[in-house]
Amino acid sequence: MKVEFAPTNQALPSKAAAARPGRWRTFYRKLRKNKLAMVGGFIVLFYIVIALLAPVIAPHDPYAIDLVNKLKPPSADHWMGTDDKGRDVLSRLLYGTRLSMSVGFVAVFIGAFFGIILGLLSGYYGKWVDTVISRVIDVLLAFPGILLSLAIVSALGPNLFNVMVAVGVFSIPVFARIVRGSTLTVKKLEYIDAIRSLGANDFTIIFKHIFPNILSPIIVQATMRLATAILSAAGLSFLGLGAQPPLPEWGAMLSNGRDFLFTAPYLAMFPGLAISTLVLGFNIFGDGLRDALDPRMKQ
Amino acid sequence: MFVYIVRRLLQMIPVLLGVILVVFLIMQMVPGDPAVLLAGEGASAETIAKIRTQLGLDQPVMVQYFHYVTDVMTGDLGTSLRSNLPVFDEIMARLPATIELAIASIFVTVVLGMVAGIISATKQYSAADITIMIVALLGVSLPSFWLGLSLIYYFSVKLQWFPVAGWGTWKHMVLPAITLGTAGAAIVARMTRSSMLDVVRQDYIRTARAKGLREQVIVYKHALKNALIPIITVVGLQFGFLLGGTVLVESVFAINGLGRLIVDAIRMRDLPVVQGGVLIASVIFVFVNLLVDVLYRYFNKRIDLN
Repeated sequence: MKVEFAPTNQALPSKAAAARPGRWRTFYRKLRKNKLAMVGGFIVLFYIVIALLAPVIAPHDPYAIDLVNKLKPPSADHWMGTDDKGRDVLSRLLYGTRLSMSVGFVAVFIGAFFGIILGLLSGYYGKWVDTVISRVIDVLLAFPGILLSLAIVSALGPNLFNVMVAVGVFSIPVFARIVRGSTLTVKKLEYIDAIRSLGANDFTIIFKHIFPNILSPIIVQATMRLATAILSAAGLSFLGLGAQPPLPEWGAMLSNGRDFLFTAPYLAMFPGLAISTLVLGFNIFGDGLRDALDPRMKQ
Repeated sequence: MFVYIVRRLLQMIPVLLGVILVVFLIMQMVPGDPAVLLAGEGASAETIAKIRTQLGLDQPVMVQYFHYVTDVMTGDLGTSLRSNLPVFDEIMARLPATIELAIASIFVTVVLGMVAGIISATKQYSAADITIMIVALLGVSLPSFWLGLSLIYYFSVKLQWFPVAGWGTWKHMVLPAITLGTAGAAIVARMTRSSMLDVVRQDYIRTARAKGLREQVIVYKHALKNALIPIITVVGLQFGFLLGGTVLVESVFAINGLGRLIVDAIRMRDLPVVQGGVLIASVIFVFVNLLVDVLYRYFNKRIDLN
């Protein structure tokens, strides 16, 4: 019986990766069919454009104090009114988009970076490495909600950078757990054995051959986590532990607006609406990504 | 079951030691010398050295951690820098309000979430289903502190139905519980819907229908009971977010609970209170997780917890 073997290089994932554009095309087709996800995507895109163009589209200087015109309700000159220092709320909100989105992206990057490394090591090496890392993850997950971030900010001091770090640390166990699970599945696949038998070292196997194949759940989680990170960071700023005056961060603006809830409710309303719509955008876009990229994760 | 609970309690020990270690390490990150912080500005070197010896700060970090663990085990969480009272006593004085708020919120989460989820599942693709799912999507996206302020504005300031702030009567509880429970209710509604939809497609539900049972009996007695298992897990997970969320909601509604105690302590750099508060909240969360696992067992006898 004649058995034909495929040339060795055809069995390697590097060649298989050539088929990836097809996979991404399928994903994009699925995503486009999901109208709700597209709405979410457009909301996120809208805010990204605002963040980039804030200096161009903001009608006033967000820091310019004008006490004569303080606490003015929405008007033709100030579409969203002015705050207690006479600053234009719309301009502050537009500039605030940059801050709130940056906090979300940096925090998720920190969480994803360390979470991915921990998850890959834990899932790939198993044994005591897995035991130690899994216990660390268990411990980090034992802190309810944003309390871990709160404790970190209390130690490092209240400012926006420390909030990014604190919210990032809060996200590490979530990424680590997902990456660990995916790594456990992928490392058992035959192509990993094949690569190992060709003499590839652990570093190459983990970062070149396992990591690209577990990207889907990571992308989905990162998108969902952006929503949580923006909410958590805004919450910390609301408590006065994040962005400090005069920074126009949305949570801090809301916190300032709460003092004028009876006289100028719009001061709290607009930043709240901005946070809600952006978080909603990330949530529904994340849902759509999950359905298109990783249907098994669908609830 | 008893053996399982004992084993789970034993498994909790390393997690709790880890939680104590993380809290201890975070406080080690505080810039500057805690002894200088305690002694205040302009204190003599002698006073600072004395405080350092008193607090054991002159000893190696591992020894300090060991002392901290033994102190925590005996309920000694240190002394508040602000009030000079034992941190444990301060926390215990504030804990009842937080527990009441958490229970009221979990009630909102479970009742609102399950009712909405059941309606959604039993009337799949109807206008009610679509509306509930859209509201649920909004529910998970609203910042609780903004929802709280909006509720205060409409229901306390405009309509004057509920008090603006404080704690004590059922009227004080309504708005904070809705504020804190809404996000959880949205998640439970989505979970209940998908879980119920999975169950109603099972053969035994078809059999129940073929037997001519009333729809209500099928939904509430047969379907819901089996759909409860994943719902319990979600509710259990929500409790963690809820405990964390009390920090914000207590600040919005000026409730003298544990969350507000922690936030005030952070503002006043009262680190022993922050340390103790975070620790106690985490310990409660770990025990709630155990309770969720036990309930899981109760509702699903097929799970072999051993």
